[in-house]
Amino acid sequence: MSRQDYEVIIGLEVHSELSTKTKIFCSCPTKFGAAPNTQICPICMAMPGTLPVLNEKVVEYAVKAGLATNCEISQNSKNDRKNYFYPDLPKAYQISQYDKPLCEHGYIEIETKEGKKKIRLTRIHIEEDAGKLNHDELGGGSLVDLNRAGVPLIEIVSEPDLRSAEEVEAYLRKLKSILEYIEVSDCKMQEGSYRADVNVSVRKKGDTKLGTRTEMKNMNSFRSIVRAIEYEVDRQIDILEDGGKIEQETLRWDDVSGKTFSMRDKEDAQDYRYFPDPDLVAIKLSDEYIENIKNTLPEMPESRKERYLKEYKLSEKDAKLITSSKYLSDLFEKAIEVCNNPKAVNNWIISDISRILNEKELEASDIPFSSKDLGKLVILIDKGTISSSIGKKVLEELFENPKDPEEIIKEKGWIQISDEGAIKEIVLKILEANPQSVADYKAGKEKALGFLVGQAMKETKGKANPQMLNKMFKEEMQ
Amino acid sequence: MNITELTVHELQEKLKNKELTVTEITKAYVKRIEEKEKNVQAFVTPLTEQAIKKSEEIQSKLDKGEKLGEFTGIPIGIKDNICTKGIKTTCSSKMLENFVSPYDATVIEKLNKEELINLGKLNMDEFAMGGSTEYSYFKKTRNPWNLNKVPGGSSGGSAAAVSSEMVPWALGSDTGGSIRQPASFCGVVGLKPTYGLVSRYGLVAFASSLDQIGPITKDVRDSAMLLNLITGHDSKDTTSVEREKIDYTKCLEKEIKGLKIGVPKEFFGEGINKEVKEKLEKAMQIYKTLGAEIEEFSLDVAEYSLATYYIIACAEASSNLGRFDGIRYTYRTPEYKNLKEIYKKSRSEGFGAEVKRRIILGTYVLSSGYYDAYYKKAQQVRTLVMKEFNKGFEKYDVILTPTSPTVAFDIGSKSNNPLEMYLADICTVSVNIAGLPGISIPCGVDSQGMPIGMQLIGNKFEEEKILNAAYQFEKTINFRENYKPQYK
Repeated sequence: MSRQDYEVIIGLEVHSELSTKTKIFCSCPTKFGAAPNTQICPICMAMPGTLPVLNEKVVEYAVKAGLATNCEISQNSKNDRKNYFYPDLPKAYQISQYDKPLCEHGYIEIETKEGKKKIRLTRIHIEEDAGKLNHDELGGGSLVDLNRAGVPLIEIVSEPDLRSAEEVEAYLRKLKSILEYIEVSDCKMQEGSYRADVNVSVRKKGDTKLGTRTEMKNMNSFRSIVRAIEYEVDRQIDILEDGGKIEQETLRWDDVSGKTFSMRDKEDAQDYRYFPDPDLVAIKLSDEYIENIKNTLPEMPESRKERYLKEYKLSEKDAKLITSSKYLSDLFEKAIEVCNNPKAVNNWIISDISRILNEKELEASDIPFSSKDLGKLVILIDKGTISSSIGKKVLEELFENPKDPEEIIKEKGWIQISDEGAIKEIVLKILEANPQSVADYKAGKEKALGFLVGQAMKETKGKANPQMLNKMFKEEMQ
Repeated sequence: MNITELTVHELQEKLKNKELTVTEITKAYVKRIEEKEKNVQAFVTPLTEQAIKKSEEIQSKLDKGEKLGEFTGIPIGIKDNICTKGIKTTCSSKMLENFVSPYDATVIEKLNKEELINLGKLNMDEFAMGGSTEYSYFKKTRNPWNLNKVPGGSSGGSAAAVSSEMVPWALGSDTGGSIRQPASFCGVVGLKPTYGLVSRYGLVAFASSLDQIGPITKDVRDSAMLLNLITGHDSKDTTSVEREKIDYTKCLEKEIKGLKIGVPKEFFGEGINKEVKEKLEKAMQIYKTLGAEIEEFSLDVAEYSLATYYIIACAEASSNLGRFDGIRYTYRTPEYKNLKEIYKKSRSEGFGAEVKRRIILGTYVLSSGYYDAYYKKAQQVRTLVMKEFNKGFEKYDVILTPTSPTVAFDIGSKSNNPLEMYLADICTVSVNIAGLPGISIPCGVDSQGMPIGMQLIGNKFEEEKILNAAYQFEKTINFRENYKPQYK
C-alpha cells in the first residue's frame, strides 16, 4: 500500500494567552519579558494560606472567544484542579476546567483546496499558565521564573477534523486571526502566547476506527508544525507498512534534525486527579451577560473582506491577505483615513511591507511604525515630494528607525527635486554628455528617452522628479 | 489582683478604669508563660520580648494622651497555621520549620489594626491533622487540667494556653472539630463560625471547603467579642460571605425562654462515655429550668459524616499540601540525585506519619477509577447531611450534642491507633460538613475532675442563637468559679 491509501487525522489543542492586564487569580501584571520573578506575589508563588480570586476579564475574554467561534456558552461552569508535580507549577496543581468548560460545541471555517470546510471545536476553557524553568544560567541547575505563573490562558480543543498539514496551518491561521480581531490575545508565537499541542494519527482509508495517536506539545511556529506533521505522518505510515504498531506517546519535535523524539516513558502516565477547586465559587453567567458580550464583538475578517472588495475594489487575493491579520487590516484602514488612497496603501502592504515582514521573519503585529506614518508616506509620493523609489527607502527606514516620514526625508536629504531651473540644468548636462542617445531619440528610438531619464536619476541619486525629467527631455530634444 | 485570671472583657474594664495599664497586662502574661510553659508546652514560637516592646510602645502613646481603641493592648495567642508577617508560621511541621510568611492573614491584619498584642504562635497537630496535638513535629502540649492528658487538637496549643492562662484568648482553626474538641478537653469555650463568615486568607489550608478560623476563650462573652473582631467579607477569599456586620455581644443577655433545643439521639448512642452523657443530660435539665424546650429527635448523619469527612478532607488536603514540595520555602532533603528524589525524599522526611497517611488516603480517593466511588459519593452524602440538618432547623433553634464522646485521654493512648483517634471527631465533623456554626462550652467535670464539653449547633449564620444559649447556660452553672484546672 502507499501513502495515498492512508487518511491523516489531526486534532489540535491550542493554548492562547489572554491579553488581560493582570493574572488570572491575582493582580500581578502579565507583561512579557520582565526580569525573572519581578511580576510575582504570594498568591502566584503559592505561598501557604493564599487563595485565588478569579479575574472577571478572563471569563469575559473566553466567552468572547467562544462566541466568535460559534460555541455554546455554559451558564454554569466551574474551576477544577489538575494535580501534578513540577517545579514551574508552584501549587502542584493547575487551576483549569475539567468537565464544565465555559464554551462548547463551536466551529470555525477554513478554506481548503476543495473549498470551505468546517472544523468543529470541542471546547474552550480557561486555565492558568505555569512558570518557566531557566536551565544552567548560573552554572548548573535550574532556576524557576514565576512571572508567567498565573497568566491566563484559553485552551481551544478541536475535534479530529483536520486531514493534512495544510489544513492545520489554515486552521491555526484562521483561529489566530479571530483571536486577534476580538482582541483577547495578541497571539505572539515567538513569545509563546499562541501555541499548539498537535495530535496526529493515521488510518487506512475507509476505516471507521481512529488509529493510535501521538502528541507533539507546545509547538509555536507554523513552519515547524507543518514539517512536524509531515514527518510524523510518514513515520507512522512507515511503521504500519512494516507491520508495526504505533505507541500512544508524547513526542518532541526537533527543528534542527527535522525528527520527532519520544519524550516520556510510560511509567509516568499521569493521573491528574481532577476535582472541583474548593477555593473558588462556581461561575454562573446570566443571559444578559452573554448577550452584552455578544454585542461587543467587532467586525470579523470575512465581513471586512467583503467590504474591501466593494468599497475599495481590492482584488479577492489582496483583500484576503490584508484581512487575514487584524494588524494589517487596521493598518490598511487607518492609513487610508490619513491619505485617502486605498490603492496605494494596498500596494504598499501587499508588496513591500509583506516582503520585509517575510525577510525579517516578523509578524504583522511587530510592525514598528504607525498607520499614520504609512499614510504620510503615501501623501509624500502623491504630492511629488518624493519619488516612489525613494518611498521604498523611506519604508525600509520606517522598519529600522520609525519616525515621521517627513523628518526622515529631511534628515536624509531625500526631498525630490521639482524645481524647473534645477531640473533643466540636469537635463542639459545629461544631453550634452550623451549626444548618441539624443541622435537615437531623434531617429525615432523611444528607448533612448528612458536611458536619458535613468542617467539623470543616477546623477541626482534618485531625487529628481521623473515626470518633470520626462517632459523636459522631450521638450529639449524636439 | 490576679491579672491572668481575668477574661478579656474584664481586662477591658480595668483598662478603661485605669486600674491596669497595657504594659502591666502584657508583663503579667509574659511572667505566666515563663512559669507555666515548661510544663504545658503550648507555644511553638513565643513572642514575649516583642510583646513587651509592643505594649510599651502602646503605653507611651496612651501616656501622651492618645485615645485607646476597644482592644488596644489586649494580648492574644495565634495558632501556628495562621500566617503572620515576619514571624515563623510552621504548622507544627518539619516541612515549614523555618518558614517565615511574607504576608499577614486577613484575620491578623484585623487584629493588628486594633493593636492587639501577639504573645506567640501556638502548637497544633501537624497541618491541623489530628485530635490530640501529639502529631506536632516540635512538642506534645499537655492538658492543664491533668498534665498526663492530651489537650485535644488540632488547636491544642490554643486551648491549653487559654486554659492555663498563658494567653487571655486565642485563635484556632476548625476543619472537623479542631477548635471545639480541644476547648472541650481543656474546659474553655471554642467557637467554629459558619463557613464563609471569617476569611480563610492566610490560614494554611488543610481542607478548603471545611476550614474556618475561630475563637478559643475563657468565656462566651469573649468568644462573641473575638468573633466581632475577625468576621467580615474579604475580597481575597471568594468563599467569604458578604453580610451585614453584627455585634455578637448584643444577643447574649436575651432570655432563652421558649428556645427550641433539639437533641439528636444518634449523638448519645454507643461509644459515648457514661459520665459525658450524664453531664449532658444534666445540662438539658438546666436548659429546661431556663425555660427552653428540649426535645429528642433523629438526626441520621453521625454515622455517615465521619466517613464523608475523611474522604473530603483528605482529598482536599492531598492537593493543598502538594505545594510543600522541597522546591521553594519548605524543607528540602540534603541529598538528592534528581528532581524526583527532591520530591520523594523532601516529602517523606518533611511530613509526619499522620499527614502522609491523609495525603495517601486523599490521593487514593481522587484517583481515576475511584473518584466516583469515593469523592463523588462523599459529596452526595454531604448534600444529604446538609438536608438532614435543614430539616432539624425547621423545628429547632439550636441542636445540642456532646462535643466529644469522651473527656481528654492519656497522652500516647491513641496516637498509634488512627481509627480510634478519628472516632473522637464523631460529634463535631458533621457541623463542618454542613458548614454550620458550633460552639463548645464546659458543662461540668467527670469523676476524675476532667472537663466535659457541650456542643451547641446553629443554623447557617445564626451564631447569635448559639452564643445566646451558651451564655445563659454559662451564667447559670458558673463553671469558671466552680471548677479549676489542676494547673492553677
